[in-house]
Amino acid sequence: MSNTKIVSPKKDMIFMAILSVVVLTMPIWLQPFGAAYPDLMQKFMIFGIFAIGYNILFGLTGYLSFGHAAFLGVGSYTAVWSFKLLSMNVIPAMIFGTVLSGLFALAIGFVSLRRSGIYFSILTLAFAQMSYNLAYSVLTPITNGETGLQLAQSDPRILDHMSGIVADGSLPTPNLFGIEGIGYSGFYICAALMLISFFIYLRIFRSPFGLKLRAIKSNQNRMGYTGFSTRPYLMTAFVISGMYAGLAGSLLAVTDPLAGAERMQWTASGEVVLITILGGVGTLIGPLLGAGIIKYFENIFSAFNDDVLLNAFSFLPDWLAHPVASVVGLFVGEGWHLTLGLVFMLIVIFLPGGIMEGITRLTRLVTKRDKAEPKSEAHETKEKEQTSAGEV
Amino acid sequence: MSEYILDVTDVDKNFGGLQALSDINLRVKEGTVHAIIGPNGAGKSTLLNVIVGRLAPSRGRVLLGDQVLTGKEPHEINQLGVARVFQTPEIFPELSLLQNVMVPAFAKREGIFKMNFLKSLFAEKEVREHAEHLLEDVGLLQHQDHLAGSMSRGDKRRLELAMCLGQQPKLFLLDEPTAGMSRHDTNRTIDLLKRIKERGMTKVIIEHDMHVVFSLADRISVLAQGAIICEGTPEEVRNDPRVKEAYLGGETV
Repeated sequence: MSNTKIVSPKKDMIFMAILSVVVLTMPIWLQPFGAAYPDLMQKFMIFGIFAIGYNILFGLTGYLSFGHAAFLGVGSYTAVWSFKLLSMNVIPAMIFGTVLSGLFALAIGFVSLRRSGIYFSILTLAFAQMSYNLAYSVLTPITNGETGLQLAQSDPRILDHMSGIVADGSLPTPNLFGIEGIGYSGFYICAALMLISFFIYLRIFRSPFGLKLRAIKSNQNRMGYTGFSTRPYLMTAFVISGMYAGLAGSLLAVTDPLAGAERMQWTASGEVVLITILGGVGTLIGPLLGAGIIKYFENIFSAFNDDVLLNAFSFLPDWLAHPVASVVGLFVGEGWHLTLGLVFMLIVIFLPGGIMEGITRLTRLVTKRDKAEPKSEAHETKEKEQTSAGEV
Repeated sequence: MSEYILDVTDVDKNFGGLQALSDINLRVKEGTVHAIIGPNGAGKSTLLNVIVGRLAPSRGRVLLGDQVLTGKEPHEINQLGVARVFQTPEIFPELSLLQNVMVPAFAKREGIFKMNFLKSLFAEKEVREHAEHLLEDVGLLQHQDHLAGSMSRGDKRRLELAMCLGQQPKLFLLDEPTAGMSRHDTNRTIDLLKRIKERGMTKVIIEHDMHVVFSLADRISVLAQGAIICEGTPEEVRNDPRVKEAYLGGETV
């Protein structure tokens, strides 16, 4: 998806329509991949939101934040508190989660954006780790420390009580005016939110504001001599992406109303960086693909255990099956991160533009074979342009 | 309004012990082209950096018309109407040529910051047409969708000119606009700059190429070792013995 053309809103609407169909029919077409269960599909949507929000910052401005998990965590804690104090309805939970994460991002961004490049990354990392440690120690009254913040039968749930909804016997579940936040209905809630988020994200990409963010990434020096103050632009992008992370965090709490501090750890921040790079930094749809692929393989690979592997290699003679299974076993189950690491290395080395670059290269290969036109000079420059556009 | 658009008064600039500029006084009349020449290391680029706000002077002040520029940020100075072309073209390499020219056009319209993030770029017809017009002006319209980073150095330079022109600056600073260009490209740039001159835009130009200086400048200041040693019309400067000694080294121009 080349960024050099100014795309008409009509094309974008068609794009949105196709995306909506693809997303909403996921329960059908994910069936053959064994991924059509609601839990996993909800994860696709939630991490998709997290990743596209992250892409607004990293993809457009080039500022690599290593602390976005902090916003995810803030979103989760806020949502659980909203469930406890106000209502099991997901709407206030999401609103508070998003807004509070935004405020949190404002504070962290205010300090971190004083620096750029690696110093910015380190600052955000430091803030996220600080939040993580605070959640474990000083803030225990709010976060419930290691146990994690949980719902209880005795929670006040003021709004629910006022409207006469009283939990009976079992713990109440998060819902949208009675529609359950888990299962297929939960998936559709998440999918709808993802599509709304994606639409806003698309608009940001296509706006003058988005163009200016890309200009900051391209040459911040020139931006200053062009009469723009870059700080407020970066700040806005940072806060918006923090709010996306907050929304994702509160949705995580919807699917499972339990918030733990590990959600804020640096590995979680690293994961969204990984997702974005794997999919294609700065591309529209790349982060969504990245989120889907990583969450899918996490699920599939981590489910394998030694017995499953031995079964899979049972066609081999016994003396061979055992060693093969134990070697492969290193890469699955608990060790699936090893596979992830290898795949990530391969992508960064051979496809620095992520999966999206791979797709662009493939389509170019196919269209070139179709046309087989004589190579003119104009054609060559165009090619050069596309390669570099893919690397953005 | 004073009759000078640019008024640099008693400017000093020290870097530690090194005095890069001493007692610079420079006045540029509106609508003229003022060239600053001088040997390498004379302080020409430092002077430009002081004017655009990249460097703060150690002493003295800079005025644009009646407004004080000293102490302001580069983006504020740009918003007041000072545009600058750099020695090595500063463009947005990852954006298309058209987008490159659109960005400064937005700066002109929107000021330092505007949060229009739900507006469509496609709907900004006026800005696009303005940008296309500017590209046509510098002869790059046919490449408008190309990535700026893939263009030749001469094209990048012309793109940078178009970006600055789009802001219709009151004062246009050019730091060696023809450095590293072929003779053909240099002549094209001179033609372009002459055409701009007719629009009454004030320009301060730093240049090594005497061919460019003498075909464009109304007045010339000669800078040597951080001080202005001579100022006058091209004729006067050409015949000034101090200049010949300090800069031209007896070479005839």
